[in-house]
Amino acid sequence: MTSLTHHLTEDLLMAYAAGNLPEAFSLVVATHISLCDDCRAALAALECVGGNLLEECAPSPLADDALARALARIADAPGPIARPAIPAPVRRGVLPAPLQGYVGGDLEAVRWRPAGPGVRQAILPVGDGATARLLHIRGGQSVPDHGHRGMELTLVLQGAFRDGAARFARGDIEIVAEEVEHCPVAEEGEDCICLAATDAPLRFRGMLPRLAQPFLQI
Amino acid sequence: MLTETLMPEKAGALPRMAGYAALMPGGALARRKVIVSVDQDDEARWVECLKKISEARDQAAFTALFRHFAPRVKSFLARSGTGEALAEECMQDVMATVWIKAYMFDPSRASVATWVFTIARNRKIDMLRRQRRPEPEDLPWGPEAEPGPAEALAFRQEAARLGTALQTLPPPQRELIERAFFGDLSHGEIARETGLPLGTIKSRIRLALDRLRHAMKSPPDQT
Repeated sequence: MTSLTHHLTEDLLMAYAAGNLPEAFSLVVATHISLCDDCRAALAALECVGGNLLEECAPSPLADDALARALARIADAPGPIARPAIPAPVRRGVLPAPLQGYVGGDLEAVRWRPAGPGVRQAILPVGDGATARLLHIRGGQSVPDHGHRGMELTLVLQGAFRDGAARFARGDIEIVAEEVEHCPVAEEGEDCICLAATDAPLRFRGMLPRLAQPFLQI
Repeated sequence: MLTETLMPEKAGALPRMAGYAALMPGGALARRKVIVSVDQDDEARWVECLKKISEARDQAAFTALFRHFAPRVKSFLARSGTGEALAEECMQDVMATVWIKAYMFDPSRASVATWVFTIARNRKIDMLRRQRRPEPEDLPWGPEAEPGPAEALAFRQEAARLGTALQTLPPPQRELIERAFFGDLSHGEIARETGLPLGTIKSRIRLALDRLRHAMKSPPDQT
């Protein structure tokens, strides 16, 4: 995975379908799929592979009282609940639903912190293994040149940025592999808002950003 | 690119089928007819069970689902590295979730096995990683709140076709797909365990998915 791409890779989709991604990456995948019908369909196909594999699992012997316990439990369970007759209204905003779950609302609920000239960020609460944050980059602003020890996923939610010859707009995802140095620049005009996840701390090329890194927690 | 891998042509629909027969040896093709019809009959039965659970709290329907899926869910969880006792407990959680969420099952979007798989997978993440599982935003519902029977039937056929394609994968590829799904292993870890170089693993998994994609593209009238 050395090239940039606007969609999720098969590796990422499969790991998400199998449940083997760290939470931060899962959040990026779920958010992208909320905006990308192709990847949603691809995920459905991979989950179908999972379903078929489950079907073919050699059945394990159960505890003698397994069924009795299950029946006792469902007798006390609240459900099943009938499907609502009227479809629930879909929330529309800049942040898709999975992200709103982490932020506690749409953009107005984000608690931004300064993160350098023209850049603000909000670290999201995710489990171990990778970090996730929202980035708010002023139109025309560049993000300092940086490389990675691990993989970085960046998903555009508003505005657009360019990285070399490639342009990334809402819903597009940039996947940058380990050891690649790159310099994304927000397009002039509307501020660019992104969701970014990395599985290892970023490594900045310039001295100043490197010194600032511990304070920015990225 | 995704659209070149296992990807459906359009959103929401599972892939259309083309050129499947060319991939299959004659023997496999003959076998397939039997498998597909059995699978579809079973699938229709499980769909009916979920409907009875959600509409009538039907415990007999739940029992039928339990007898079929509980031992498989336990097997899946045990293979994911939970150990016997934990797998039994988590299987109980998964089957209780099947009861509570039966009303959410949509036969035009997933097979029952696939739906149960996603519940078991989420329980596994919760237990092994102790992490949340962010889920995509649900698609807005169209004018029909209920999926049409034709759609559900088409889905059943496609799912059965995928299942058959999976059964006819060469063993090395099949094994790697299983590990990617059932183990809690990254590709790198699989490589260390099997002694295969990482590039080989990735290309084998891709090849396996590629074969499945071709299988899914064979026209429905060839089944």
